[in-house]
Amino acid sequence: MSTAVENLPSDIEVLDESLDSQMTISMGPQHPSTHGVLRLELILDGEVVVKTTPDIGYLHTGMEKLFEYKKYQQGITITDRMDYLNPLGNNLAYVMAAEKLLQIEIPERGQVIRVLMCELQRIASHMVWLGTHALDIGAMSVFFFCFRQREKILNLIEAASGGRMTPSYFRIGGLMMDLPAGFERRCKQFLEDFPAAMDMFETLVSGNTLFQSRTKEIGYMSKEDSISWGVTGPCLRACGVELDLRIANPYTGYETYDFDIPTETGCDVWARFRVRMRELYESEKIVKQALERLKPGPTKADAPKVVLPDRDDMRKHMDSLIHHFLIVAEGFNVPEGEVYHAIEASKGELGVYMKSNGGPKPERVHFRGPSFVNLSALPDMVEGELIADVVAVIGSLDIVLGEIDR
Amino acid sequence: MNTEPLHNFVEKLKAQNSSWVADVKDALGEVTITVPREAIIDVCNFLKGEQDFDLLADLCGSDCGPEEDPRFEVNYHLFSTTHYNRLRLKVLLMEDEPNVESVTSLWKTANWHERETYDLLGIVFDNHPDLRRILLPSDFDGHALRKDYPLRGYEPYSLS
Repeated sequence: MSTAVENLPSDIEVLDESLDSQMTISMGPQHPSTHGVLRLELILDGEVVVKTTPDIGYLHTGMEKLFEYKKYQQGITITDRMDYLNPLGNNLAYVMAAEKLLQIEIPERGQVIRVLMCELQRIASHMVWLGTHALDIGAMSVFFFCFRQREKILNLIEAASGGRMTPSYFRIGGLMMDLPAGFERRCKQFLEDFPAAMDMFETLVSGNTLFQSRTKEIGYMSKEDSISWGVTGPCLRACGVELDLRIANPYTGYETYDFDIPTETGCDVWARFRVRMRELYESEKIVKQALERLKPGPTKADAPKVVLPDRDDMRKHMDSLIHHFLIVAEGFNVPEGEVYHAIEASKGELGVYMKSNGGPKPERVHFRGPSFVNLSALPDMVEGELIADVVAVIGSLDIVLGEIDR
Repeated sequence: MNTEPLHNFVEKLKAQNSSWVADVKDALGEVTITVPREAIIDVCNFLKGEQDFDLLADLCGSDCGPEEDPRFEVNYHLFSTTHYNRLRLKVLLMEDEPNVESVTSLWKTANWHERETYDLLGIVFDNHPDLRRILLPSDFDGHALRKDYPLRGYEPYSLS
């Protein structure tokens, strides 16, 4: 170093004192590795992060306000747009909260289809996470392979609901409609191809020493801190906490399925990566079991004042036609009360607080988004890390800004 | 759903200090405890420290409408990562004094939840380390989730 300085021409001034000072830089909101419009205000000492302040709200669209002006069944379409990588999970949390208030149970086939679709959606969501996480770290091609798998699932969701990213498939009291003919065959086809893809990801990403050295012992957060920060989902299971709401607070019959809760003890980016990879195999197991359980039967609850009747019934029965008209034109009244329903979404605990005043529109709907809470822990995770590792940590949190800003 | 284990926690709270529990509601498989505003820190501290409610799952405010009194409520959804029970604490607040003690000293996650509640409903959390707006811009006028705030706002908002 000193020899290099001595060899410089004499008219160049070397500024040594600037090395001591800290620098504030703004990362985002238009930065590809912040996964949307997230802005981070980083205070740096050289390349080391001293302090991080996330700045969110660029995507705020006032959805919680909008819920109060929409009927219960209209709110489902808003939930699609929150966590747009896991819309069926959002649908499920919302409709189950409303069903809890209405105290209606949906039949066996409806529940199995809900589990089936949610697990397919979880695989699709994890595929986007894997692709973008690897892309952030510098592995370009994984992204294309992941999106190829995700495309197959989106095609399945499209076949069932008509929408790829915004399915609105789950309705209060059941489903939009039953699965189309040939769905099971296409789903089995996907399951046949999927293990080969997983093998490829394991070789391509997990076995990659570059990826390992970029993720191991990066973004450490202890178990106690994680719980205090409210971190849930795969990020908490990477700290060795065996907590999965599908088993802790079971819903839609998850307790009857046979699957494991993968945990790791590393508490770092690599541990979160391993938990999610192992979760993909568990989801695959659940999808297989759900396919076996699909028996013909009704998919909608027997609650004519809440659930839209079938088209065929409307042509034959006067009362079905009247119910249809009333539900669409006036909505249905939901008994007074408040519930908090939490499900295990692909990113963590997705909770819906719903308060009803007895009318056809909710008084208050609040979404506890897992991304929102997990992101709030980011400043603690990246403190003292290099700036290049910040993107690795953001990737490991798997955030979706649509859900954070709402 | 069986709420028997949840009532045990209510009994323990009452045994600790009977003034902590103003009202208990058992509905739809969930137990809601209304806590006096002054006691919220003590109650949370007791439930977190002695009863293992170590995760604050959610904190959200709600506006009952300008004609109601008390107008605001703050809901604390506690969860335990060991015995998996959920409990809801509720604090009722008057419109002219919407202040409640912050629980950030117990759970760090309360930081952003309280900022969001302050931003959208105007509920002030005393002794919060950094009570700024979080979702809306810092120069935004009013609190958008209040019932008397119109859906489309008062005038078109411009960032410039």
